[in-house]
Amino acid sequence: MRAPATPPAPISVDRLVKRYKTVTAVDGISFAIEAGSCAALLGGNGAGKTTTISTIMGLVEPTSGTVTVLGAAMPRQRHRVLHRMNFESPYVNMPMRLTVRQNLTVFAMLYGCVDVAGRIRGLAEELELHDFLDRQTGKLSSGQKTRVALAKSLVNEPDILLLDEPTASLDPDTADWVRGRLEHYRRERGATVLLASHNMNEVERLCDRVIMLKTGRIEDDDTPSGLIARYGRSNLEEVFLDIARGTGEAREAAQ
Amino acid sequence: MSAPAVHYTPISPRRVFAMVLRHWYLLSSSWPRILDLMYWPTVQMLTWGFLQVYVARGTGFAAAAAGTFIGAVMMWDILFRGQLGFSISFLEELYARNMGNLMMSPLRPIEFVAALMIMSVIRLAIGMVPVSLLAIAFFGFNLWAMGLALVAFFVNLFLTSWAVAIFVAGLLLRNGLGAETMAWGIMFLFLPLTCVYYPVAVLPAWLQVFAWMLPPTYVFEGMRSLLIDHVFRTDLMVQAFVFNAVLFGCAGVAFLWLLRSARREGTLLQGGD
Repeated sequence: MRAPATPPAPISVDRLVKRYKTVTAVDGISFAIEAGSCAALLGGNGAGKTTTISTIMGLVEPTSGTVTVLGAAMPRQRHRVLHRMNFESPYVNMPMRLTVRQNLTVFAMLYGCVDVAGRIRGLAEELELHDFLDRQTGKLSSGQKTRVALAKSLVNEPDILLLDEPTASLDPDTADWVRGRLEHYRRERGATVLLASHNMNEVERLCDRVIMLKTGRIEDDDTPSGLIARYGRSNLEEVFLDIARGTGEAREAAQ
Repeated sequence: MSAPAVHYTPISPRRVFAMVLRHWYLLSSSWPRILDLMYWPTVQMLTWGFLQVYVARGTGFAAAAAGTFIGAVMMWDILFRGQLGFSISFLEELYARNMGNLMMSPLRPIEFVAALMIMSVIRLAIGMVPVSLLAIAFFGFNLWAMGLALVAFFVNLFLTSWAVAIFVAGLLLRNGLGAETMAWGIMFLFLPLTCVYYPVAVLPAWLQVFAWMLPPTYVFEGMRSLLIDHVFRTDLMVQAFVFNAVLFGCAGVAFLWLLRSARREGTLLQGGD
């Protein structure tokens, strides 16, 4: 009897290289993210996180190597799968003069939601948007804007969710609330989540895998607890500092 | 994993409508934006209208009496504001830092372009319909009396304005707001060469060759023929259409090339200068 075939990974990156003129942003990285898992891309500024995520989203064309999302080669076949993906990033905004309802209406239509009004009602309920649904997005607080951005990223109930620093500049209470909603969504929907973050507590809480990047290369790849144990540290932040400062290798070698 | 409540089609009029709706929400929520659409066409029309009255009275210049100045300025506005209406809607996405959201969404470039074309017609209509009525009231010049000829002029001018706007959109995607001045100024290159206010024969012979390569030149010559000689030149409109088809094709290819270049250079998420 043949063993059942393993389903292809929803996100697969193979020997990805991205060069901008003389700068190599990503230098031959490979990884695959399992269905329903939450993985984090960690690394200092310029490590290649945003370039990697942008390539997965189809916004950046690889110099060499391949990126496959839900079986579609990115960016060439992106239109086959973009309606099953979504993202949130502090580097993009929702149009500020539009009300929250107007913004969600536009994006629900762009993503092909069948029942736009019903979907907005559901999101308003789930993410507590009722109080400001008809206010201009630009007049909301940071926390409220993040909730709206989260609503936009969930509007099509994506199978793949890409998050670039989803709780940046949020107070601890709001950030905790956002993390809770993300956990809930992933659990309910079985979505695959890829997260880039500088917040180590967030990564420890949300992710079951951490891919450590440094100068465009993968320095390490393990579960949060696995990394902490191997580096002999008490938390992921200390592991991050070890890797960023190049002391981790020496520590491992010494052990 | 439950079935997603979304429906995907390769080319979707609904996504085009969503983008039109997005810009209509923006436009309708901002009276300065609406006022701006009417302000300059009105100023232009009044300035050239009174100049036409002065020239016709003082010199008996027949072309002025026939309304060629005021007709020309209104045709020029169709060309210029057609491009600007498209480009400003595009720029609004860059100003709003919304381009990443759109590029990451299922919206296809052709749908985005179609929505911006529709918005340019809406924006032009908001500006030009009141101005055309003012032209009747102030100078007795009725743009609408051109009938079917106006449709031919309108279609050809819009095709040129969209072709230029599509090329500018590609530049903006590739270079971000660093290319913003192109959006505001590129059409002025057409002003002397397409002979908006004077016949092509005025140009030096070598420059006439270039002028006849630009579709609006045929429209402005056609307009003068209609207003002065009362003859609608079908041949000029057909030639304009052929040149427009070539221009539109070139603009489409340039846009796709610049979009690909933007993906290679990673500028789609930036949009800054």
